[in-house]
Amino acid sequence: MKTFAYIIFIFLALPAMAQDAVYPAKKQEGIVVISNGTIHTGTGRVMERGSVIIKDGKIQKVSDHAETVPGATVVDATGKHVYPGLILANTDLGLREIISGVRGSNDYYELGDYNPDVRSIVAYNTDSRVINTLRSNGILLANIVPRGHLLAGSSSVVQLDAWTWEDALYKADNGMWLNLPALLKSRRTGASDPVKAGMRQIEALKIFLQEAKAYAGAADHKEVNLKFEALRALFAKKQKLYVHADISRQILMAIDLAKTFDIEVVIVGGSDSYLLADLLRQNNIPVILNSIHALPTLEDDDVDQPFKTPALLQKAGVLFALNDDETSSRYRNLSFFAGTAAAYGLPREEALQAITLNAARILGIDDRTGSLEAGKDANVVVSTGDILDMEHSTVTDAYIQGRKIDLNNKHKQLYDRYRHRYQLQ
Amino acid sequence: MKKLILLPLSWLLTLVSAAQTTFPVNGVADPRSGSYAFINATIIKDPATTLQNATLVIKEGRIVSVGNGAAPADAVVIDCKGKYIYPSLIDMYSDYGVPASQRQGGAAAFFGPQQFNSNTKGAYNWNQAIRSEVNAADLFGMDDTKAQPLRELGFGTVLAHQKDGIARGTGVVATLSGKSENLAIIKERGAAFYSFSKGSSTQSYPTSIMGAVALLRQNYLDAQWYKNRPAREGVNKTLEAWNEQQSLPQIFETTDKWSGLRADRIGDEFGVQYIIKGGGNEYQRIKEIAATKAPYILSLNFPDAQKVDDPADARFIAWSDLAHWELAPSNPAVFEKEKIPFALTAADLKDLKTFWPNLRKAIQNGLSEKTALEALTTTPAAFLNITDKVGRLDAGFLANFIITTGNLFAEKTSILENWIQGTRYDINAKSSTEWNGVYALTVTGGGAATRYQLEVKSSTLATVKAGEALTTKFSSDGNLVSISFSLKPTTKVIGTGQKDSVFDNRQAGALIRLSGVNYGKTWQGVGANEKGAPVSWVATRISETIPAKDSSKRSFVKPEARIVYPFSSYGNAVLPQQETILIRNATVWTNEAGGKQVQTDVLVKGGKIAQVGKGLSAAGARVIDGTGKHLTPGIIDEHSHIAVFSINEGAQSVTSEVRIGDNLNPDDINIYRQLSGGVTTSQILHGSANTIGGQSQLIKLRWGADAEGLKFKGADPFIKFALGENVKRTAATQGNSRYPDTRMGVNEVLNDAFQRARDYEKAIRSGDKTVRKDLELDALVEILDHKRFITCHSYVQSEILGLIGIAEKYGFKVNTFTHILEGYKVADRIKQHGANVSTFSDWWGYKNEVRDAIPYNAAIMHRLGLNVCINSDDAEMARRLNQEAAKTIRYGGVSEEEALKMVTLNPAKALHIDSRVGSIKAGKDADLVLWSDNPLSIYARALYTMVDGAIYFDRQQDGEGRVQRAAERNRLIQKMLSAGKNGALVIPARPTAQVVLHCEDHEEADGILAADAFEF
Repeated sequence: MKTFAYIIFIFLALPAMAQDAVYPAKKQEGIVVISNGTIHTGTGRVMERGSVIIKDGKIQKVSDHAETVPGATVVDATGKHVYPGLILANTDLGLREIISGVRGSNDYYELGDYNPDVRSIVAYNTDSRVINTLRSNGILLANIVPRGHLLAGSSSVVQLDAWTWEDALYKADNGMWLNLPALLKSRRTGASDPVKAGMRQIEALKIFLQEAKAYAGAADHKEVNLKFEALRALFAKKQKLYVHADISRQILMAIDLAKTFDIEVVIVGGSDSYLLADLLRQNNIPVILNSIHALPTLEDDDVDQPFKTPALLQKAGVLFALNDDETSSRYRNLSFFAGTAAAYGLPREEALQAITLNAARILGIDDRTGSLEAGKDANVVVSTGDILDMEHSTVTDAYIQGRKIDLNNKHKQLYDRYRHRYQLQ
Repeated sequence: MKKLILLPLSWLLTLVSAAQTTFPVNGVADPRSGSYAFINATIIKDPATTLQNATLVIKEGRIVSVGNGAAPADAVVIDCKGKYIYPSLIDMYSDYGVPASQRQGGAAAFFGPQQFNSNTKGAYNWNQAIRSEVNAADLFGMDDTKAQPLRELGFGTVLAHQKDGIARGTGVVATLSGKSENLAIIKERGAAFYSFSKGSSTQSYPTSIMGAVALLRQNYLDAQWYKNRPAREGVNKTLEAWNEQQSLPQIFETTDKWSGLRADRIGDEFGVQYIIKGGGNEYQRIKEIAATKAPYILSLNFPDAQKVDDPADARFIAWSDLAHWELAPSNPAVFEKEKIPFALTAADLKDLKTFWPNLRKAIQNGLSEKTALEALTTTPAAFLNITDKVGRLDAGFLANFIITTGNLFAEKTSILENWIQGTRYDINAKSSTEWNGVYALTVTGGGAATRYQLEVKSSTLATVKAGEALTTKFSSDGNLVSISFSLKPTTKVIGTGQKDSVFDNRQAGALIRLSGVNYGKTWQGVGANEKGAPVSWVATRISETIPAKDSSKRSFVKPEARIVYPFSSYGNAVLPQQETILIRNATVWTNEAGGKQVQTDVLVKGGKIAQVGKGLSAAGARVIDGTGKHLTPGIIDEHSHIAVFSINEGAQSVTSEVRIGDNLNPDDINIYRQLSGGVTTSQILHGSANTIGGQSQLIKLRWGADAEGLKFKGADPFIKFALGENVKRTAATQGNSRYPDTRMGVNEVLNDAFQRARDYEKAIRSGDKTVRKDLELDALVEILDHKRFITCHSYVQSEILGLIGIAEKYGFKVNTFTHILEGYKVADRIKQHGANVSTFSDWWGYKNEVRDAIPYNAAIMHRLGLNVCINSDDAEMARRLNQEAAKTIRYGGVSEEEALKMVTLNPAKALHIDSRVGSIKAGKDADLVLWSDNPLSIYARALYTMVDGAIYFDRQQDGEGRVQRAAERNRLIQKMLSAGKNGALVIPARPTAQVVLHCEDHEEADGILAADAFEF
């Protein structure tokens, strides 16, 4: 039976040599029941042998037992695990096809210090070869972020099964992105103080924001300032300010921005955030931790510091998400970062939450996704095993807004091509 | 008897030679004998000999006698009662009088522009950093502005050289005399100098420390070869000079303990014992330093306290820097304790004025005054073979000496005069105490005489008293004195009590100004009274104050920071020892025929695996319960760049002469971090900057061992090659000018290199004695002879086949293709060739040549029968290689046991060390990891990592150490804070860099403290 399946597979796969033949799925019709799997809701609950019923692209019901719906397509998840679609909270996916040496493939970093009007979504390439390699690892949504010097522009959340960026758009302009200067003393003797220089930059930024906020006070202006216009949403709290901040001075400045301008701030990076966890909780500032498969900052730091930082934030009551920004493996290991966090003290369901519901909350899309709950979009992943562990987990099925997406990708296709060459099964 | 004859003779010679010079006189000749006698002095003839009430006689710039004899009739007699006379000091690491090279060089960045040839005009060396032709004596010029500050410190003689380049030519021994260069130079070529820094050289080669080592090594060989004047070389004035300098003392500048040890190893190769200029942290490895038997030159440039008031700054300063601040002043004392001969230098001090305070700090930290004096006099003289000229006070020696107010090392002592070659330089004669005392001052004017008392405390401080102290200004220059005082007492305005006074309250505050000369016990002069009327005055000493002894107690400090190995907060005071260890009841992944064995015991003894089986017991063994845990062989990383100071010698396309093993850095914290991830052996590879890179170094992660101790002894030698985008410098910001620029050219670089190697080997085998020994080609010949093995960085199928073609043409095998992300496309051909492969589990898309990389690569290659390894090439990922191996299960369905072999047994095979490591079998090295869980699971954490039967990582101990580490950091930070409060110089906080090296192949985020090696 298995052999037969393989042959069918090869037949199906062979004509599809390039990824061009991986088509975005059609709108969901009918009812899908994912049945008898271990359901991880993303809210901390685990239901052995539970079911997820999908209708009209939404989760109709999540239950802790097998469900039968007449006429429904049944996906047997026996022995499998069912998860909310994973969310990549901070990425240049679709903006940066090849990391180095091919400048023409890059659209992620704009010139200039103040670019609040720049929008990532207009450059997002739905045909990026990277996208499908993420879907097959359970990542179904991503926040596409522009990089830059200081105020880099706005991000948008996309779903990863689309013909065009307009199709892909899940939440437009959800965040404004700010890169803070390093605020770290110089390693060289006699050098000018970079902390001072950084603070001058931040002062200038504050003046810019003050003027923008004042500008937002009036509806009409004789001359429209596109940069200031772009910041209206931030001051109206329809958008959050995502601040790249790793060390304490940066994080303190980010909190200061939140207070000064009465805006919602999210810390991104946060390698030293564990040192300010109480302060972050008191001020309701969430954190997106970039790759925790990282070396400790200082040689004296605990060898496992980045691995255990998530557990420390969780214990302190800080809302946080994990993110994969590894340019060498191209963001596919998000779930394993959660696995590492779990190995170093974060409860497993909390670890899952850090790449699903927490990310959705931080990105402002938790009303629609992030957990397996009735009424939310049917963004669902089915895996052969614990998705946090690379050892035995393979994603077998995935649904974006109820559409069953094709999990094929360029890598699987090249795999098939060379299995064909060597006549391997 | 002999002495009696010799002495007058040498004196005579001096006289004759001094009397005749080539320099004409404009005017009337003015011959002087410069005969002086310093009597009643405490004379420190040399560090071991002190004479009381002695006399020093000098003449014609030399010492005539030191002893208790009478002053010669023709001598100017100077009474030195209460004063000390020492030999002037010697600084053998100076650049006094030698112009600095225009610094323009600097290490080339990986993708920076390149300069292939030397810019030095003339018949010199091919490499701009080899500057043996430079003789400081040719450049030497007196410079009073630089000489005076050194004289003020007490120096009289220096060995000066141009501190520039890897071979720096010779230094000149000269005095700090201001009279003439001709006489100041006492030895034209005092020593030859070397370093690892190419200084002002703009030439690209070498870009690395290991390149500098290779360049030196090749130069020793070239110089030897040049002795026969090979016609093909023509005239090479640099090599000629190099050869001439070999008989001189050879001085090597180093920057730290490891570079000192490295320099000494080069010396050993060529039969040279360098005198090593240390970097200041040698105390951290003093046993190894002592074992080299190298004499040292030590600077007193101790680190300053940093501003750690703000915890946001203190957070980024590592213990190693904090503790070095505390321990650095003990460096000279540690040398003394180990009986390592050393000289002290004022070099490297940012402010020369810190020389004496820092020397006293060294003494407080245990350096004896005797050794300190030796290190500034007799020791450098001995190092430079000028013990007959300077360094002590004896007949015939140069008249270089200093006169002080007391013990040279005491805080209150002043150097009054520094005599160099018989010429007096006033240093601080003012601080002489001989004027001190109470004088009766009489001011006469307008027919009245007023009496005061004058109390002189020093040549700059005196007070006039009229019953009460009056506000007094006092200054002197030579014996010219100037006194002005107000009749207003320092405390309050009162009416005069002097009966002769014409002074009243309204005039209070007006000054009486006196000017005069100190004639010894009597001062006399003229002046103006408060009304401006002329006065005359006389002051006569009525009592001498006995100069107070230096009462400041010599305080000794004992730094608390422990010396640990390596010098890191994770270092150990005692290195982990081999133990007899019994791991009981674990799941043992043997990688042998028995496969994975449950509930099994492993006994470790004498560094080896003694027994594998069930129900084992061993008396006295440390028992570790392995229930529920997994024991695997230590992880072997086939591709690593940790624990080194430099990784790329990218200046040329072929650099097979460079050796990673020349620049290991045993202090790299990543060794420990990787132990925490179960790694026990790493192949440290040269980077991928060029087609034929450097020789690899296999190490075991023996955290705390020195560079030699890290090496995996007895393993086959390897070398790194690279193909593709990196070697053609695709990402070069300013374009590439280095051949090759295409994969076509890369193939020709290989073709050419092996053709040259083959011809070279042929020439040697034919017995041609004129063949120049070429280290670059030697390494390639080893490859041709199957004695050295290639690990080749490679990605795309065309280049893989290209290298296989070259290998087959020249009759050798490519040992390992590393990275090899398109290996799956040509796995059958690689198999046919017989190479091993080592790859990433799931990397792709980080540059154009990995566009087609797939995570199924390892699985396909494995299924085609290749020996597949998963490697890191990344200091972080190496800690999780077990997880990377597990990905081959996910991508391509490799079995668990085969997956684990990809990071254990398979790399052992690829590295030819599988008879020693890679599996769990009696007789093999006890390099083992006990995991908390299935090692292929993400939840697995290494609990114990063992190398050679010694536990180098113990997770529980690591956890327990955290409190102590934090406390120790805090102690040092508090100490720094209080040093600042007590007036120590405090500099801004300097975050400790985290040097993380990779082959520059892909972007890495190594944290905010990450730094590239070439920044250092």
